[in-house]
Amino acid sequence: MPMTMSQKILAAHAGLDSVEAGQLILCSLDRIHGNDITSPVAIREFKKMGFDKVANPDNVTLIMDHFVPNKDIKAAQQCKCCREFATEQELESFYDVGRMGIEHALIPEEGLVVTGDVAIGADSHTCTYGALGAFSTGVGSTDMAFGMATGKAWFKVPSAIKFVLTGELPRFVSGKDLILHIIGMIGVDGARYKSMEFTGPGAHSLSMPDRLTVCNMAIEAGAKNGIFEVDDVTLAYEKEHAKRQLRVFKADEDAKYDAVYEIDLNKLRPTVAFPHLPENTKTVDEIGDIKIDQVVIGSCTNGLFKDMEEAAGIIRGRKVAKNVRAIIIPATQDIYLRCMEAGFIKDFIEAGCVVSTPTCGPCLGGYMGILAEGEKCVSTTNRNFVGRMGHVDSEVYLASPATAAASAIMGKIASAEEVVK
Amino acid sequence: MKCVGKVVKYGDNVDTDVIIPARYLNTSDPKELASHCMEDIDKSFHSKISGGDIMVGGENFGCGSSREHAPIAIKASGISLVIAKSFARIFYRNAINIGLAIVECPEAAEAIEEGHTVEADLDSGLIMDLTTRETFTAEPFPEFIQNIITAGGLVNAAKSGIIA
Repeated sequence: MPMTMSQKILAAHAGLDSVEAGQLILCSLDRIHGNDITSPVAIREFKKMGFDKVANPDNVTLIMDHFVPNKDIKAAQQCKCCREFATEQELESFYDVGRMGIEHALIPEEGLVVTGDVAIGADSHTCTYGALGAFSTGVGSTDMAFGMATGKAWFKVPSAIKFVLTGELPRFVSGKDLILHIIGMIGVDGARYKSMEFTGPGAHSLSMPDRLTVCNMAIEAGAKNGIFEVDDVTLAYEKEHAKRQLRVFKADEDAKYDAVYEIDLNKLRPTVAFPHLPENTKTVDEIGDIKIDQVVIGSCTNGLFKDMEEAAGIIRGRKVAKNVRAIIIPATQDIYLRCMEAGFIKDFIEAGCVVSTPTCGPCLGGYMGILAEGEKCVSTTNRNFVGRMGHVDSEVYLASPATAAASAIMGKIASAEEVVK
Repeated sequence: MKCVGKVVKYGDNVDTDVIIPARYLNTSDPKELASHCMEDIDKSFHSKISGGDIMVGGENFGCGSSREHAPIAIKASGISLVIAKSFARIFYRNAINIGLAIVECPEAAEAIEEGHTVEADLDSGLIMDLTTRETFTAEPFPEFIQNIITAGGLVNAAKSGIIA
């Protein structure tokens, strides 16, 4: 039976020669992780299950990133719970303030998930590591607890949709525009329960940060996972980051797909998702005059060095429009440091932006940039649901770092082409 | 297992941010989470329901975040069953894992109206709208998942060695 790339990875981790869509299997896990919101629930369930010790402390990772530095007493209590568990279980990869970063940026950077792994995380954007050619997917806290206790998780083997990419991304168009275009095309449940597999010469032309952004938002199309074929770009990235042996899996030539889409990257335009669903996409050419109150550039979707570099390239030497708050959040300590060394932090501050320590804060309406009634925000984050970033009558417009940076300068939703002539 | 209750109904793509807004995720206390359940799209949710009532949703119910706080909030609000046209995958497995009963049945989710009284037999998949006397049949869960549900969730299934 021919298999997709995701199915091959799952079969290998279930100790089976082959699997088929719909089959229920138990897989061994290479990484199990959680954050300061989901881990306390997982720790409670872990104890309820009657376990004392995690199956393998080397593959359990806890990252404090959602509400840190602690936004309030309750958030502090949750981090304390994680910290105590990490000490008790002797977890090497516990990331607290000072070492932490936004989990989905930090995990590939630290080489905690590598090519060929099966990884689960108690955070929906765990699908990000498909960019490395790993099978990774978001789960809830009880699955995390079961994973910590047994090193395993149950999966229903997914079928897949194949995206054959051709061409190359034009200037000011990025992985974010590609994934927003795809979600606009197939809808927020267009890939529900399925894998999204990316291949073709266009896929190979994408940088690793663009691939991470694309896979990060696979969940926004309802997908179980997103995954890129392994190539020289993957291997070059892993040479720098992986500390373990890679396993390269490739889809069978005759693997069956539920649908195949061909996308010419040359034809993509900067794309924005309007409130209140990521599928409500328009290209910048279709947007009228929409004045904004805030811009957020960061998150697990677009807080990487390349994202900061693109934003800085547009913001440098210009001023943030009057009445706009621009919040920049490099996703990890290392990215923050590299931004400082490259002079981006100075560029941002001189333009009138604020630069924050890594946090998920504003993306999910936690803190560090909450919107008031009626306010509009252009954000490089991943969701624009009702009340996602604050008041139920506020609005979030999802866009790329280039579009968000241009919007901060113009005071309205704008493309980088309007700012950088 | 049988559920009988009055129906509270919502549309497509009910996301985890409206089921339980992230601003309340600084706690995992089920009662506290329940007190904010659905408040961003339905301020009258708690005044409309009583223990054992049934929630009906459209396509892609529970999309968005992986927060288990969402099915926990629904369960702790007293909802005995969620019927939807389809469920987002993480919500689907979370509900099974924590023992919140869910049924995927597009016909039932389309036809049943808010305020109707509904009876559902989870073993046979038979759903009856007692207000209109219409009946619907849902696909039963695969045996593997049924075992987790019967055990009362993944914690109990793990404890009793059903899966490992």
